[in-house]
Amino acid sequence: MTELTMVAALNAALRASLDRDSKVLLMGEDIAILGGVFRVTDGLVKDYGEQRVVDTPLAESTIIGAAVGLAMRGYRPVCEIQFDGFVFPAFDQIVTQVAKLRVRTDGQVAMPIVIRLPFGGGIGAVEHHSESPEAYFVHTPGLRVMAPATPADAFVMLQQAIASDDPVIFLEPKRRYWDRGEVDLAVDIAHATPMGRARVTRSGSDVTIACYGPMLRTCLEAADVAAGEGRSLEVIDLRSLSPIDFPTLVASVERTSRLVVVHEAQGMASVGAEIAAVVAERCFWSMEAPVIRVAGFHTPYPPNRLEQHYLPDVERILDAVDRSLAY
Amino acid sequence: MHTHGGNDFVQLLTPEGERRDHPDYPLDITGDEVRALYRDLVMMRRFDLEATALQRHGELGLFTPIIGQEAAQIGAGRAMRPGDFAYTSYREHGIAWCRGIEPLTLMGLFRGVTNGGWNPYEHNMSIYSIVIGDHVPHAVGYAMGIQRDGTDDVALAFFGDGATSQGDVHESFVFAAAFHSPVLFFLQNNHFAISVPVETQSRQQLVKRAEGYGIPGIRVDGNDVLASLAVTRAALKRIREGGGPMLIEAVTYRMGSHTTSDDPTRYRSNEHLEHWATRDPLERVLRLMEREGWADDSFIASLDDEANAMGATLRDGTRALTPPDPLTMFDHVYAEPHQQVTDDRAFLARYLQAAQSGDES
Repeated sequence: MTELTMVAALNAALRASLDRDSKVLLMGEDIAILGGVFRVTDGLVKDYGEQRVVDTPLAESTIIGAAVGLAMRGYRPVCEIQFDGFVFPAFDQIVTQVAKLRVRTDGQVAMPIVIRLPFGGGIGAVEHHSESPEAYFVHTPGLRVMAPATPADAFVMLQQAIASDDPVIFLEPKRRYWDRGEVDLAVDIAHATPMGRARVTRSGSDVTIACYGPMLRTCLEAADVAAGEGRSLEVIDLRSLSPIDFPTLVASVERTSRLVVVHEAQGMASVGAEIAAVVAERCFWSMEAPVIRVAGFHTPYPPNRLEQHYLPDVERILDAVDRSLAY
Repeated sequence: MHTHGGNDFVQLLTPEGERRDHPDYPLDITGDEVRALYRDLVMMRRFDLEATALQRHGELGLFTPIIGQEAAQIGAGRAMRPGDFAYTSYREHGIAWCRGIEPLTLMGLFRGVTNGGWNPYEHNMSIYSIVIGDHVPHAVGYAMGIQRDGTDDVALAFFGDGATSQGDVHESFVFAAAFHSPVLFFLQNNHFAISVPVETQSRQQLVKRAEGYGIPGIRVDGNDVLASLAVTRAALKRIREGGGPMLIEAVTYRMGSHTTSDDPTRYRSNEHLEHWATRDPLERVLRLMEREGWADDSFIASLDDEANAMGATLRDGTRALTPPDPLTMFDHVYAEPHQQVTDDRAFLARYLQAAQSGDES
């Protein structure tokens, strides 16, 4: 085991993927000479060359559009979109082309494209740099959507995403980029926790908390506080948002009878909304309280001096736990 | 409004069927080769007629006529090598023909039994792209792959004058120029984006945009199959030899409707149409062949027979295209199983079965 930041873990995952498969290449804005604005691709152009670590013109749509053509020629492009709020110029290529080409060609054309997307707030950034656009992609058939919450998962999941023949929207929780954690660099990807599987990060018996990405750490902190108050929270890290691992979620809610879903993204028509609907249907007879969501508000992401009021925090999570237990 | 209609383009065969020489694009071509091109043009014209009739008879939901643009496409398509790869919009039936895709195969999309229709790798041509300009960056990416593979193949992007206003097409020029990629942008200026005239897309000749990207551009008479062939051949040769991307603007005219759902009388005059009818892509080749003694009666009769046979195959084959099993819609959404798709598929299977049992009881 090695202690790494999430940035270093992602960098190691990219190196491992570039080593494993000569068809893997990275493309994006400022990823080569600069090493990426978050330094996730630091040093890679030096070791793998400009043909495999490509600084592109500043045009998100054609970063993804060109990746489609490269994929059709047999390559496995890993595209970096610099910030969450910059993905929308590429939205058409992602939704119309990347997500659909396999089915439109009856499975003849594979789209093994990974779109890395630093997402979420909490770093005091200017507008368009703190968004959580996951629901748009979760809503789109043909895409997989993943969000690691720890350096260890970032290392494993990015390699799995690159090895997958399906296109993956890979959401990196940018405010956890500098969190440190133990990473097993010798882990066998094929035998690690599979793609699409959630993980019960902390076992508990009173309320299930479902979260992902940047909110895992916040939810674990909330569980610590709750434990001090005699309440046992079970914290589930979803890891994958498309598909969502409902069996793991349902098994937990069957035991706790209560569910709180936490994410930064707006609550309206969100991952939390989907989870609430499905869990209500499958766990109806076991539940003691309705599913409660703790989410961003139905406003554009606010100026960063207000973001502490927008983002779910320990207090808002505990408030939701209280409301759930009050039923 | 002569900006887009001027004759300052490469032309090797006049509308009257007279050969012209061009210093940069010489074309030595035999009678047999011209006859082969004429056969392509005739088959495309017939295909267009048959498919339009099938739509009128309710056998197709929609069709996108090629009429008027046959020469631009056949010339370009016949200049390609098997290893080259074409990305096209939905009107490129002539390119599909040259890539060996059976006309009947194109009917599946318009009949609504598939959203694609063929394996792109069997023909080195992607499936039709419906969203305007979306496929142009794909050609650039494919060309970036060719560069990494170190072969001398070329990726071609076929698009129209309307597409030139799309951001993706602009970005594609930027990428291709930046990476010096082996891609040929083949623009068919057919003068209309549904109803909007090309003057609304550009105040000057579209070929002039190439210079702004630092790539060579050539303007060619798109109704002249010989010029389209010669210019495309020359461009492909230059690109293969490492010359980087190029743009060809083929000046042509959409004689038909945008699609069979369209009413072009609302936006263009008969006068315009009659003018372009005098520049027909087939007529001029026929005149050349007659002048040269290449078009004997038996050749013309054999073409007629072949076109009739294709028409019959198309009519019978289209009517025989039945919708696939509903559950096939779940196939290939993902490479690996996805629980939501698995669940939805199981639901529909149960639902259909229950409905069927209900019908039987």
